[in-house]
Amino acid sequence: MLRFWYDVRIRSAVWQAIILATFLGTIAWLTANTLDNLARRGIQTGFAFLERPARFPISEGFLAYEPTQSYLRAFAVGLLNTLYIATLTIVVATATGFVVGMGRRSLNPLVRAFAASFVEAMRNTPLVVQLLFWYALLTIGLPSPRAALEPVPDVFLSLRGLFFPWPRLEGAAAAGWVALAATVLALAALFVRRGRAVRLPSPAIILPAGLGLAAIVGWLGGTRIDVDYPALQGFNFGGGATLTPEFMALVVGLILYTAAFIAEIVRSGIDAVPKGQWEAARALGLRETRILWLVIMPQAVRLMVPPMTSQFLNVVKNTTLALAVGYPDFASVMATTINQTGQAIEGVLILMGVYLMISLTLSAFMNWYNARMAMVTR
Amino acid sequence: MTAIDVSLEQAGRSARRHAAETKPPEPRRRSLLTVFFGGVSSTFLTLAAGAVLLLAMPRLLQWGVLDAVWTAADGNACREASGACWAFLRAKLRQIAFGIYPPDQQWRPLLGMVLMLAAILWSLPPRNWGGRLLLLWGVAVVVFLGLMGGGVFGLVPVPSAYWGGLPVTLILAVSALGIGFPVGVLLALGRRSEMPVPRLLSTGLIEIIRGLPLISLLFMSSIMLPIMLPEGMTIDKLARAGVALTIFSAAYMAEIVRGGLQAVPDGQGEAARALGLQWAQAMRLVVLPQALRTVIPPLTNTAIVMVKNTALVLVVGLFDLLSSGKSALADPAWPSPFAETYLFIAAIYFVICFGLSRYSAFLERRADVGRAR
Repeated sequence: MLRFWYDVRIRSAVWQAIILATFLGTIAWLTANTLDNLARRGIQTGFAFLERPARFPISEGFLAYEPTQSYLRAFAVGLLNTLYIATLTIVVATATGFVVGMGRRSLNPLVRAFAASFVEAMRNTPLVVQLLFWYALLTIGLPSPRAALEPVPDVFLSLRGLFFPWPRLEGAAAAGWVALAATVLALAALFVRRGRAVRLPSPAIILPAGLGLAAIVGWLGGTRIDVDYPALQGFNFGGGATLTPEFMALVVGLILYTAAFIAEIVRSGIDAVPKGQWEAARALGLRETRILWLVIMPQAVRLMVPPMTSQFLNVVKNTTLALAVGYPDFASVMATTINQTGQAIEGVLILMGVYLMISLTLSAFMNWYNARMAMVTR
Repeated sequence: MTAIDVSLEQAGRSARRHAAETKPPEPRRRSLLTVFFGGVSSTFLTLAAGAVLLLAMPRLLQWGVLDAVWTAADGNACREASGACWAFLRAKLRQIAFGIYPPDQQWRPLLGMVLMLAAILWSLPPRNWGGRLLLLWGVAVVVFLGLMGGGVFGLVPVPSAYWGGLPVTLILAVSALGIGFPVGVLLALGRRSEMPVPRLLSTGLIEIIRGLPLISLLFMSSIMLPIMLPEGMTIDKLARAGVALTIFSAAYMAEIVRGGLQAVPDGQGEAARALGLQWAQAMRLVVLPQALRTVIPPLTNTAIVMVKNTALVLVVGLFDLLSSGKSALADPAWPSPFAETYLFIAAIYFVICFGLSRYSAFLERRADVGRAR
């Protein structure tokens, strides 16, 4: 009997059976409790609720949305907001982070001190505190619409948000849009083919040329541009385009916070390039800035991609802090839904599924980019 | 995804480690004049930075010191002044620090906090690390909870719904790290196991939690936990948030510990087993001590992240330091001096986090010295 117990395979099988049984048992117990509790509260499990009207307003979004529309529609509005915020933050914070990160290795001590204090202040305080600060600054700190600040003519800043003129396409708009889309698509196709068969001019020439072409096509099609100016109407501004305080607080907070982390990645990327590279480039007579751009950065960027990936994933997760300032991102739409319907399990499952999906897509893209950037050694 | 993700992380980590050792070599010595005004771009940067300093500093000084209201009985003096309202912080300090804890009992959270801080300070020097430290922490936490909750030694019971401010932030961070660490070690061992069941379970758990925003975990535990427990069994709000923070930090620490485990040569574990040690003994006595030693600096960084993350319990309605400050701001008797309040709160977090990051750098230097020997 004991001989069995000394067989490694049997022992391992027994241990695994115990672990698996404990795990499944716990899951089963929790599920049974949950179903029991939900039944007692009269909540029907299942995804049928997605089709029902949401009955709560969403303050801003890209899709047209009415509270009479379904929960599914509300989720789509929230998801688009999340993706928008995440993309905007990643792009702007990466650019800012590069500037600050290089600033930390600047030869100018004043610039180094600025960059270092920015990074330390941002990294060592919680993002929520920063977001609440920006939000308070943009609401409590600003005057009412009647006394709005006008830093630039026709641009108004008040506690209701930032209002600025915005061009509107008038006339046969559809024709113009189609022309624009077609041109941009054609250019994208050309851009992808670049470097394969035919040599094409650089995108810096193609892109403006394409946009100009689209504009001409649109003009011929009868589209006219009309600028819409904001104006005070009653207690708030009408017309033009608006950035709400919630949006601005969230985006500014996320960008500054993320930029500090990206600056650290950029700095350690620069530091990780072997000293010999600097010395060799100096021996060739290059100036410091040229060395940084031509010799160091191309090598440093390769080292930065992996930590940058996890930073971008953090941005996606950090967008959920929208809840703290009341911006309707996916997580806060979901939180409202769960509160309202009591469909906690379904809600949490969708929430987990959506964020895991975004994370996986983003990391797959970054892995592809990393593979493309990786040094090819022969 | 997993394997690639891991190798990426290691690449990042080694890049960072490497970064600690080298720095771009200093160019040949330059005079101060060339440093500041050597070329077009450096002149521009100097002038821009100087302009910011000259414009911002006097205004900040004016606002924060010269025009500021330092003492005032109510908000009227602040309404009239154009500077900062530090008097608000003086008046609301107790509310921000202790939330809605009964005012006549507030010596208890104060004493508890002093005790916790003493325990934290005692844990910092590496020569104090050991079994006795664990015992000390056990005692400290029990005494802290006894002081806060009351009901023993004639202390008036104070339910956790009335706890607030800095003690809540502290206990959440301490429990998330203290309980999360052993769980993280178990998860890391599970992920490295040769047995498929624990390996798959640990990997799945770690990856799912790391892929999720902390807010969704906090929601899950605050909404789902009450539903998942049988009728009659309740778990209070603070503990629910604690559970979410603990699971979250466990998953992140597991990945760090796994990095440490991978750095220990396989021969160490095999040799220990060959000497007749059981698996658990081999891990506890031979492998883990070597693995954990190398990952203490990154674990300190996780501690920083978790201290900052405790501020998120705001979204599930707990009164930590940040929420207490936010609710103090809601008092209509004062002109809502948000900048002063959030700066004050940010400063408290900054002292903790910056201190920890310096400490982590110290540990890293110390480890490097050990390695060089």
